[in-house]
Amino acid sequence: MKLFAWFPVWQRNFLVWRKLALPSILGNLADPLIYMLGLGYGLGALLPTLDGQPYVAFLAAGTVCASTMNAATFEALYSAFSRMHVQKTWEAILNTPLGLSDVVAGELFWAATKSLFSGAAILVVISVLGLTHSPLAFWVLPAIVLTGLAFAALGLIWNALAPSYDFFMYYFTLFITPMTLISGVFFPTDNLPGWLAAIGACLPLAQGVALVRPLLAGQIPADALLHIAVLLLTTVIAFRIALHLTQRRLLK
Amino acid sequence: MAALSVSNLRKSYAGTEVVAGLSFAVEPGTCFGLLGPNGAGKTTTLRLCLGLTAPDSGEISLNGHPIPDDAQQARSRLGVVPQFDNLDPDFTASENLLVFGRYFGLRDAEIKARIPQLLEFAGLSGKAEARISTLSGGMKRRLTLARALVNNPDIIFLDEPTTGLDPQARHLIWDRLKQLKAAGKTLILTTHFMDEAERLCDQLIVIDRGSKIAEGSPRQMIAEHIEPQVIEVFDEAGGDLPAFVAAQSHLAERVETSGETAFFYCREPRELLARLAEAEGLRYVHRASNLEDVFIKLTGRELRD
Repeated sequence: MKLFAWFPVWQRNFLVWRKLALPSILGNLADPLIYMLGLGYGLGALLPTLDGQPYVAFLAAGTVCASTMNAATFEALYSAFSRMHVQKTWEAILNTPLGLSDVVAGELFWAATKSLFSGAAILVVISVLGLTHSPLAFWVLPAIVLTGLAFAALGLIWNALAPSYDFFMYYFTLFITPMTLISGVFFPTDNLPGWLAAIGACLPLAQGVALVRPLLAGQIPADALLHIAVLLLTTVIAFRIALHLTQRRLLK
Repeated sequence: MAALSVSNLRKSYAGTEVVAGLSFAVEPGTCFGLLGPNGAGKTTTLRLCLGLTAPDSGEISLNGHPIPDDAQQARSRLGVVPQFDNLDPDFTASENLLVFGRYFGLRDAEIKARIPQLLEFAGLSGKAEARISTLSGGMKRRLTLARALVNNPDIIFLDEPTTGLDPQARHLIWDRLKQLKAAGKTLILTTHFMDEAERLCDQLIVIDRGSKIAEGSPRQMIAEHIEPQVIEVFDEAGGDLPAFVAAQSHLAERVETSGETAFFYCREPRELLARLAEAEGLRYVHRASNLEDVFIKLTGRELRD
């Protein structure tokens, strides 16, 4: 496997995205923004400030991470599954010098790229609304990439196992949605039972939140290296599992 | 050196041997046919040769590369036309070629320079900007063929290239495949259509249940396995076919009955034709025997699923 052999696979997906970019951007942006603004200002008006910041600013950090996660997950599940199983795009690529590891790596980096588009768009809106003032907010971008990579790799595991699109619902109801609620996206985890908060803190979404929230507030995140390491490790391990399962599925 | 050589290849799935000790070799610049009924192991054999799955045992050498160890390198000099079209529906015809060329590590300028020629070869010159969904089945197949040529391959694998096409479209594909062979390419073809194999293939093998059951050129196979002439007799308008078969079967070397049709395989048909002229209520067709007769003799008449 050459180091950048996956690039034409990424390029293919990028070309498709470019053709459909406008509706895709609006779709990716509108939903999280409606939640962020609606809950942030609506519910926020009833709430005290959190750690010295208004609720909407607290929620903004969570929204960046949650939409990063969602964008990577959707791409690694539904879109990758279409290409693998429905359109047989992967099968066509496997007739060329590229190997399955290149295809899956191309999908990993592409899903992370989509999540970067999503996260970055929300970051722009947050800046325009004046919810962040710190130049440290720029460092949110690499944090988005790391979070996106981890969720892309996790999604590709589920993709390799999926018999049909219906299967993906379980991933959301069993993993993504509960995780969103215990990872400090909508509210601080201090009020959760200790064991539940501890589980939440170990999950990949919490690592992203732990990096993004202080950066938006103008602080250097505590234990930044630990969070980065957990996200990278999740990516590497999940990618290996996904690749192994995909090989078992397609190259038998 | 053979373009492809396979020796003693074996592959099992869940205890069933799908490829059972297959050996064959393909000379460069020829068209080689891999024939067999559904489930005979054709597609698995192709996947093994492309390095898309590992054999349980046996050896494959493709264009001088051991497979599956060197499969990715070997595939850089290969073109593949898969059984089912997997063109990119989001792209135009020329974008499909561009994107596919990139998988071979070709530079954009290089591919773009080749696209007009490839489209012309496929009879799609006016369709460069056409979306895939607007192309007919025949056009899609031709574009798939053009896509398989984007890297100017030495060897082209074609898995049932004309299945589902109308006669015009099939003839056009055949014509292009002959041109490719004339240009020195090696073609490796699986097909269900015996007339296709007879027209295109220099050498072919028939496989059934994963084993080779016959090989040779189409002419050799017909000469070796079957009588040169066939008279097909149909029961029509109340003729008594069973009685006719019982009375006249000695006039042919071999008689097979399938439903309402009797096949008389013979070397000297004159007397049988005279009897048929007298018989009432029977219709017949007299023809030279062909590869399909050989195929049916070798693999039987019962349906395969």
